[in-house]
Amino acid sequence: MVDKYQNSIIKVRGLTKRFGKFTAVDNLNFDVSQSEIFGFLGANGAGKTTAIKILCGLSSPSEGNAEVAGFDVYKQTENIKKNIGYMSQSFSLYEDMTIVENIRFYGGIYGMPLTLLKERTNHMLNRLKMTEYANKLIKEIPLGWKQKLAFSVATLHRPKIVFLDEPTGGVDPITRRQFWDLIYEAIDIGITVFVTTHYMDEAEYCHRVSIMVDGKIAALDTPDNLKQQYNAKSMNEVFLQLARKK
Amino acid sequence: MRTILFLLQKEFIQIFRNKTMLPIIFIMPLVQMLVLVFAANLEMKNIKMKLVDFDNTATSQEIVSKFKASPFYNIIGYSYSVEEAQNSLIDNSADLVMVIPPNLEQDILNGQSPKVQLLIDAINGMTAGLINSYSSMIMLDVNKDIAIELMKFSANQQLKQISIKQRFWYNSGLNYKHYMVPGIIVILVTIIGMFLTALNIVSEKEFGTIEQINVTPIRKYQFILGKLIPFLLVGLFDFALGLFIGKLLFGVPIRGSLFLLFSFAFLYLVLVLGIGLLLSIISDTQQQVMFLTFFITLVFVLMSGLFTPIETMPLWAQRVNIINPFAYFMKVNRMILLKGSGFFDLIREFLYIGIYGIISIVVAIRLYRKTS
Repeated sequence: MVDKYQNSIIKVRGLTKRFGKFTAVDNLNFDVSQSEIFGFLGANGAGKTTAIKILCGLSSPSEGNAEVAGFDVYKQTENIKKNIGYMSQSFSLYEDMTIVENIRFYGGIYGMPLTLLKERTNHMLNRLKMTEYANKLIKEIPLGWKQKLAFSVATLHRPKIVFLDEPTGGVDPITRRQFWDLIYEAIDIGITVFVTTHYMDEAEYCHRVSIMVDGKIAALDTPDNLKQQYNAKSMNEVFLQLARKK
Repeated sequence: MRTILFLLQKEFIQIFRNKTMLPIIFIMPLVQMLVLVFAANLEMKNIKMKLVDFDNTATSQEIVSKFKASPFYNIIGYSYSVEEAQNSLIDNSADLVMVIPPNLEQDILNGQSPKVQLLIDAINGMTAGLINSYSSMIMLDVNKDIAIELMKFSANQQLKQISIKQRFWYNSGLNYKHYMVPGIIVILVTIIGMFLTALNIVSEKEFGTIEQINVTPIRKYQFILGKLIPFLLVGLFDFALGLFIGKLLFGVPIRGSLFLLFSFAFLYLVLVLGIGLLLSIISDTQQQVMFLTFFITLVFVLMSGLFTPIETMPLWAQRVNIINPFAYFMKVNRMILLKGSGFFDLIREFLYIGIYGIISIVVAIRLYRKTS
């Protein structure tokens, strides 16, 4: 039998993380293929952030295996880090540095050549319509801008995968829509997007969605299939049905 | 290497943009040198006293020896002329003149109350007040002794005195500021180095930027060097600034080699920054790290020999000072500046601080985790 996931860019098998007696992530199994938008859904405390931290090499699992971009999450975390981008809830740009300084810093530490860095910086600022604000401090720009900027910085070095941990918290639907435009542009150039969210409208934008409940994956399929399976009109209904089951 | 350059660029941008850090780097040395050198002045311990003893009997000698026994007095000379003694008040060579009247012992034995005169330089009211109260206490003690003595009977013992001539080497004027300045510089450099490093890293934890750094391919040693080098330079800069102020304002001599001094300062800063790094690794918030740093510096400063000589401390305290970086730097700083000591006089200090520095950095790199 041919493993249909042999080309998958993220492979997770029996991944478990315990903190003392509490099991935050319980026996996860899934695959993500290249250029896929993989939605990782769940209520607060369902274990999303723990799982994403393991896959980014920020935390090591208690049990199970996982490969990210072909590298093992136990031993090859430094290799993983070269191949991924990461954007967290706190979007981690330096508040006391300007837009262009942040871009240069992150590009620089990923080892991008200066000419390429310059070229991509210009392109990115044009795309985000921030060229004239390039020398503004991060603390002076609005939240929605910061998020778009943080995403663009996280994909500046063209990683194989970008992990987004609740990237759109606290912004209006229009800005969220613009943010998702950026995500679609990223998959067009071959980047895989792994995104956690608890906005169910965003779940509709994903190619496939997994829903975590209490550390376990309760459902995993395309949004359409899930809605059919649970006889629901929206992902929100699917989610509520799953979350209430427990 | 390139990664480190990008890290350094970022740190310097942040340092020079930070509105609290800049004054700490540039203004704090000035304030500390100006305020602390005067405020931490313990010259009360060294009240210069001139003695005019017209009596010269066992009783007058006893009074004198009481003053000698007190740690606060330093008898700088004897005179048989009140006028001459007063002149030493005028030219500031004495803070206090004690005049013991003739026939003191005789008068006491005759049941009279002779009067000892104390002339105090009261240019500094504070000091004069202290001298007055110290002296009154000693005289009270003397009165009590005399009363006891009289009740027994009068003994005609003549105390034989060996006079000791003192010469103070390396700081012949007993200039307290020359002694304090090297010590204050040590505190300055330490506080700046340790606090800034520790605060800087913890604030990255608080803002969450450290998590972002941790998912990048930056190596641990790169991150740590990127944090240490800027504050090492800042520390050396402030050390130089401190020395400059000390020389300019207080005329502190620089008798030894500046190269040797800066070499030691370099090693010392590596250690201090390493400690700052360790503290920041075990803390999660700026409050925690401030408290920890404050606690450690306070203990080490008080034990370092800044105010009180290490030699007079109890043995256990002297042993604790084997690990006290302040004590080493304070000693080295004073020895090189005031005494002109060379490398071979300071091998032990170089060795210890060098080893401690390496240990602190290695431990910090080990403890710093990119993963949790």
